[in-house]
Amino acid sequence: MAKRLIGAVSSIALAGLVLGGCGTTPASGSGGNGSSNSSSGGGSSNTITVAYQQFGKPPYFNEEWLQQSAKAFEKDHPGVTVKLEPIEASENDFYTKIDLMMKSASTAPDVVTEDTFLINADGSAGYLQPLNDDVNNWSDWSQFSDAMKSGSTSNDGTIYGVPYSTDTRGLYYDVNIFKKAGLPVPWNPKNWNDVINAAKAIKAKVPGVIPFYCQVGKATGEATTMQTFEMLLYGTNDTLYDTKTNKWIVQSPGFLDSLKFIQTIYSQNLGPSLSTVLNAQAGNTEVQELMPKQQIGIAIDGNWLPGNWLSNGASPWPDGTKDYQLTAMPTENGQAPGYTSMSGGWALSISKLSKNQKLAWEFIQTACNKQNMEWYDINQGNLTPRNDIASDSKYQNAPGQFFKEATSFTKFTHFRPANSQYPSVSTQIQTAVESVATGASTPEQAMQQYTNNVQRIVGAGNTETK
Amino acid sequence: MGNASVDVVSQPSKSKSKRGFRAGHTGWRAALFMLPSWVLLLVFFFVPILLTFYFAFTNLSLTGASSAATQFVGFRNFASMFADPTFRISVLKTIIFLIFSAVIGQQVLGLLLAILMNERNRVFRSVIGVLVLAGWVTPEIVVAFIFFAFFSNNGTFDMILGWFHIKAIAWLYTFPMVSVVVANIWHGTAFSMLVYQAALGDVPKEILESAEIDGAGRFQRLFRVTLPVIKGSIATNMVLITLQTLGLFTLIYSLTGGGPGNKTETLPIYMYQQAFSDYQLGYGTAISLILLVIGIIASFVYMRMLKIEM
Repeated sequence: MAKRLIGAVSSIALAGLVLGGCGTTPASGSGGNGSSNSSSGGGSSNTITVAYQQFGKPPYFNEEWLQQSAKAFEKDHPGVTVKLEPIEASENDFYTKIDLMMKSASTAPDVVTEDTFLINADGSAGYLQPLNDDVNNWSDWSQFSDAMKSGSTSNDGTIYGVPYSTDTRGLYYDVNIFKKAGLPVPWNPKNWNDVINAAKAIKAKVPGVIPFYCQVGKATGEATTMQTFEMLLYGTNDTLYDTKTNKWIVQSPGFLDSLKFIQTIYSQNLGPSLSTVLNAQAGNTEVQELMPKQQIGIAIDGNWLPGNWLSNGASPWPDGTKDYQLTAMPTENGQAPGYTSMSGGWALSISKLSKNQKLAWEFIQTACNKQNMEWYDINQGNLTPRNDIASDSKYQNAPGQFFKEATSFTKFTHFRPANSQYPSVSTQIQTAVESVATGASTPEQAMQQYTNNVQRIVGAGNTETK
Repeated sequence: MGNASVDVVSQPSKSKSKRGFRAGHTGWRAALFMLPSWVLLLVFFFVPILLTFYFAFTNLSLTGASSAATQFVGFRNFASMFADPTFRISVLKTIIFLIFSAVIGQQVLGLLLAILMNERNRVFRSVIGVLVLAGWVTPEIVVAFIFFAFFSNNGTFDMILGWFHIKAIAWLYTFPMVSVVVANIWHGTAFSMLVYQAALGDVPKEILESAEIDGAGRFQRLFRVTLPVIKGSIATNMVLITLQTLGLFTLIYSLTGGGPGNKTETLPIYMYQQAFSDYQLGYGTAISLILLVIGIIASFVYMRMLKIEM
């Protein structure tokens, strides 16, 4: 009987280990998750692989841009092949997958598109190749704006990527809905109350539309952090990170007020239904379905949004930029400088484990030259990091875009903390925002929860309270 | 999924060593033949498991400085886990999910179906059998898609309700836990049914007949005769479906992603979020160890409750 007991216990224990082991194999099997493309990693010296995100409905302008660049590059480099490797994943999953791919030499792409918020973290994780020497010998580098250069440069001055797009954020409002609601057009809110009151007026007078739209789900990832929470927080007197003490500000009046703003929107039914907004497709639903049907009164979103409505966009809508206008996001109480915005962007980086670093760097030069980058920025609707493109009339007068307004926001825009722990902290913000929006926590509880989680991740000594 | 094969692996290894002493020469030769499989097990099974234990005590991260320079942090992961209310919520959600979908749903429904099928005619058997087995043979991700189409906003279920003039409800957001529980019951009941069908076949007809002659009713026969006879199968089934349900990830993740909020965030989802969305691999690994402990404890509790002699 005792032997049978041992047998049973050991088989239960082993079964349990399988269970435990199953869940964690990716942690030990480095890069195992990124092996969907077995040929990736560029074993041959004449092929370079370029990994980028692909999500939602086509067209994929980033893919077209890389294809054009690849064609030009292959022409200049006979015998060299550029292999594009689209990663079909939502933003969060893309970051995870790219990190897993770069962990292993057998899956690491040569060139990779990096969101600038992750670039510091991936640089200090040892995934990215420093490019200081390369850019210093590149004449085009002087054309890049300093603000954007700093976005792909770590605290210690290491440059990890060449920025190819940047952005600002503001409030889109529907002119027709505003008129029906008896609100002024053009609209120029001076503080948060103006925004909330406008949303309330829309709710009262224009039934059937969503008064105020902002991303609040964990599924929409960085959009929830940056477009919703940080657009609020950086309009208060507080920020996320104290650059003087190098500490994370985990509790502050501004943090609480930002969460309270979100609570107001969702508890008073001024926002979209949770089933609309709590999934990874929420951004596409907003821009490609709800806005063309003019079902959103006000939306916080980025300057690239009208790119969707171009004739070659995902959801062509010639009148889009007539029906919706872009205005600056006001600060909480209208305090100086009156408005706020957030900027980020994307860069092309080279994987540290790439075996073709020289070719990879040459490819980046081609993709980021004036002609190719201008094509991308105009079509995608992104702000350009290159000064020569910014002053080009073709770019300035691109139809169906808000380049002029969006560029004017750079006067008061903010950048996310250039700290390698930012990506982990960002996900805690998403958790806090979602739990407040769903009513699972009060703003106070969510901020306390955020405090605990951030202290665990960065260490309590690296946090402070204002 | 690997449970059955592990069971098979552990048994011969035990008897092998016994025979090894007795049969001497032959035993060594047998051991030599076993060697490749042991090496494979060691490399692909035990090393990852040991690594799992190790990573649970580090600050291993997917990105950032701690990814390049991982440090041993002792019990810090576990300390912060127990201080984390979302972890406690996850444990609670896991237990709720386990009780309703595995213990009550699959177990009871599976037994009920097996009893019904044992008594009904062949047509009934094949019709019900096919219907139930359909859930079992459908891959988890497909089950998730089916139920997503069924429960999503204005999905099939809302459409059916619409015929009766019942207003559409966003099921996955209004009743997320009920939705995932129903999906898992649909997916897993066939396994329990098959186990009990086999077990019921082992219940001696004579005993049941004599019980009937002694005047025992249907329920008395079920509770006094059938269930005590098959209690070994009940325990085995409990253990297997518990372990399977504890580790269930794809179905919940695809249906609700653990949300809304953390309403369906069971431990595997919480673990995934921490490891791959929040980049905290070490912390995620620590959670997986807790999952393992819960699995072992649950297995022992069943054995005890059913007074199984081992």
